[in-house]
Amino acid sequence: MKQRLKTFGRGGVHPDDKKRLAADRPIRNSYFGQRAVIPMGQHLGAPAECLVRPGDTVAEGELIGRANGLISAHVYCPFPGVVEKVGPLTLPNGSSSQAVYLRIEGTFESVEDGRINDRWVGLSREELTGQIREAGLVGLGGAAFPVHVKIAVPKGKKAEYLIINGAECEPYLCADYRVMLEYTDEVLEGIDILAQITEADKVIIAVEANKPEAAGKLRGAVAHSKRPYAVEMLKVRYPQGDEKQLIRALTGREVPSGALPIDAGCVVCNVATAKSVFDAVVLKRPLTERIVTVSGGAVADPANLKTRIGVPVRDLLTECRTDFSKVKKIVVGGPMMGFALADWDTPVTKSTGGVLALTAGEVCDKPQTACLHCGSCVSVCPMGLPPAMMYKLIQAGEYEKAAAAGLPDCKECGCCAYACPAGIYLVQAFKKGKRMGRKK
Amino acid sequence: MKRKKQEFQFSVASSPQIRSPRSTARIMVYVILALLPAALWGVYQFGWYAAAVLAVSVAAAAAGEGAICLIRKKNTLSDGSAVLTGLLVGMNMPPSVPLYIPAIASLAAVIVFKGAFGGLGCNIINPALGGRLIAFFSWSSAMFTFQTPRTILESGLTVAGATGDAMTSATPLTFLKSSVPEYAGSISNEMEVLSLKHYSLSKYDAAVTDKINSLFGENFCYGYFDAFFGIKGGCIGEISVFLLLLGGLFLIAKKIIHWEIPVAFIGSFAAAVWVFGGLRAGTGFFSGDVVYQIFSGGLFLGAFFMATDMVTSPFRRGSMFLFGIGCGLLTFLIRYYGSFPEGVSLAIVFMNLTVPMLDRLFIPRRYGVKKKRRVGVGKGGNA
Repeated sequence: MKQRLKTFGRGGVHPDDKKRLAADRPIRNSYFGQRAVIPMGQHLGAPAECLVRPGDTVAEGELIGRANGLISAHVYCPFPGVVEKVGPLTLPNGSSSQAVYLRIEGTFESVEDGRINDRWVGLSREELTGQIREAGLVGLGGAAFPVHVKIAVPKGKKAEYLIINGAECEPYLCADYRVMLEYTDEVLEGIDILAQITEADKVIIAVEANKPEAAGKLRGAVAHSKRPYAVEMLKVRYPQGDEKQLIRALTGREVPSGALPIDAGCVVCNVATAKSVFDAVVLKRPLTERIVTVSGGAVADPANLKTRIGVPVRDLLTECRTDFSKVKKIVVGGPMMGFALADWDTPVTKSTGGVLALTAGEVCDKPQTACLHCGSCVSVCPMGLPPAMMYKLIQAGEYEKAAAAGLPDCKECGCCAYACPAGIYLVQAFKKGKRMGRKK
Repeated sequence: MKRKKQEFQFSVASSPQIRSPRSTARIMVYVILALLPAALWGVYQFGWYAAAVLAVSVAAAAAGEGAICLIRKKNTLSDGSAVLTGLLVGMNMPPSVPLYIPAIASLAAVIVFKGAFGGLGCNIINPALGGRLIAFFSWSSAMFTFQTPRTILESGLTVAGATGDAMTSATPLTFLKSSVPEYAGSISNEMEVLSLKHYSLSKYDAAVTDKINSLFGENFCYGYFDAFFGIKGGCIGEISVFLLLLGGLFLIAKKIIHWEIPVAFIGSFAAAVWVFGGLRAGTGFFSGDVVYQIFSGGLFLGAFFMATDMVTSPFRRGSMFLFGIGCGLLTFLIRYYGSFPEGVSLAIVFMNLTVPMLDRLFIPRRYGVKKKRRVGVGKGGNA
């Protein structure tokens, strides 16, 4: 009997998922060059405070940025080397912070792969959260929200569900898929730790239906280890992997407007984040590396690379034999929410899930025309917002009215602008509208 | 931001970094393609002069749009909407109309009904229909002179509805509207009047109807075949219901128009005809000739290609149904009780005016918000 797949309420789009390009490429280590750039502000919240100065020699795994405030995360040095310069750097997402420019030299301490801390089961919630904060963990799904904040359940609230997000609904990206396949046990143990911290009643691992192998592997491992976790297959539909849509799909609940998932009794974490929790708690390894999908029409040899923070995206693209003459856009992250960059020396950060070199054919730019009143944007908006109306209000400078129409609820998933036949830059306008709204 | 010197330059834009292939120009091209078979059928039936009418309409619309481009210093010609408007104006013209009428109608459509409102997307009523109405009210006699189609002339039958010479004749709708009251009470179906008054029909119609009647032992009136396949007098583009239906289904399959509007439009019109349509023939309630009415006049052209114009139709499903039902009922009222035999274009234009109101009735519920909220609250909040 075919089970009906769960999905969110309405809206959404179905771009070609293009996962076939890189899905079957096992994770391998990337090369790296002689230089790395490590920004202090790789996460949502305040940038870390830089602890090194030009000329300093740093070791692999040394703390070089200290978390600055509650919503912030430590930054560790992924490479041994000498600090050449500390200067400002603007990342493609527009966040600007100090960055450490490193010349890589010296010896790599052989990283022990052995389990250091097997007895985490006895640890308290606070101790485990502390270890996660110490390791500088941020959500690896894209938004890079510090994990120790995300998993802290405030007093008086209860985490009924711990949702592990393996939906990976962005086209092209396969990094989470490979993590689920190749690090199944690590992911599950990471989930054990998260479940212990959040004291969730129910743990659901959600996988989109285009990754049946991953769901099968997880189901097998869950059944084998007799863990009380559910593995749910979700319909392939963007933005299935968005927190709010995921919660709606799995629990039928909606996160109230302006509130956090915990207000709907949910904590949501990405599968790669679960694996990094395992690394941090069991292996005592800070977050200095991640899995990045390198793909796109201009990439001859797509791959899922285990690479370190700070490596310029150009090195990854070159390693995967990219024909730069065919490239129209280089995108960090997924094509729907990721950022196009002008500077190919931009480094990989904690939130870089993919590096894509897209051709003009894939980008599919179209001339912008007037709004046709076709209603596509309204029907694809998963949040039930009126994008065309908000756009017109923002263009008219009516930021307060745009906010009243629901602008703050927009998560910039890009469905509206993807679908718009008139090629209107809706998301760009919404970003501007939010910025202007805050200014007032 | 200053760009670094590097070997290659990449384009930078806000997310999403990929777009669907659906574009304004592509939509217009698809609609034009869907209209072409019906337009070509009209040219086949009415000859090269009909092709000249279409060409003049399209050229005048493009010229009007070009003038607006010059004034607004913005290229809007390439979005294809002006060509589509011109084609629709031409298809809404009788085949023997003097060429200055389609030219003026097209210019009015593009300049007055679209350009003056702010161009594509800002117009309130369908521009092509606006142009048609200008012609309709300004040159009524020219707009009501309909050429006899080629297939009927070749059949060599007498033309009962002929006015003056055999080359022109009344459309079935006009003919019925004026002739049916004479026979009220003595017929069981309006269609009988066509045969009683020797309204000219093609030999194919007679052959097919006879065949069907003998096969199934039915007693269908003559005229349905001609009406469906477009062997009748009428505007150039409206006569072939069959080809318009194919084009409409193509657009629905391509998700360019929504099925809700034509279905509600034709459905509600059919229901009204069925219930009340028999009254004027004296056959009582629930006896109207639905099939003949929906195959006549510009209903299919209007329901699939004019009422579905994105700019001037609602975009929420509920409001689409209301819009379609309004169009259907108004068409019925005008056809049966108005002073014109045909009411599709007036009905659509009237309903166009209600679109902003209809759309406000069906605002989607926002995620995470319990109550339905009016969008754009506050003074003058309607954007």
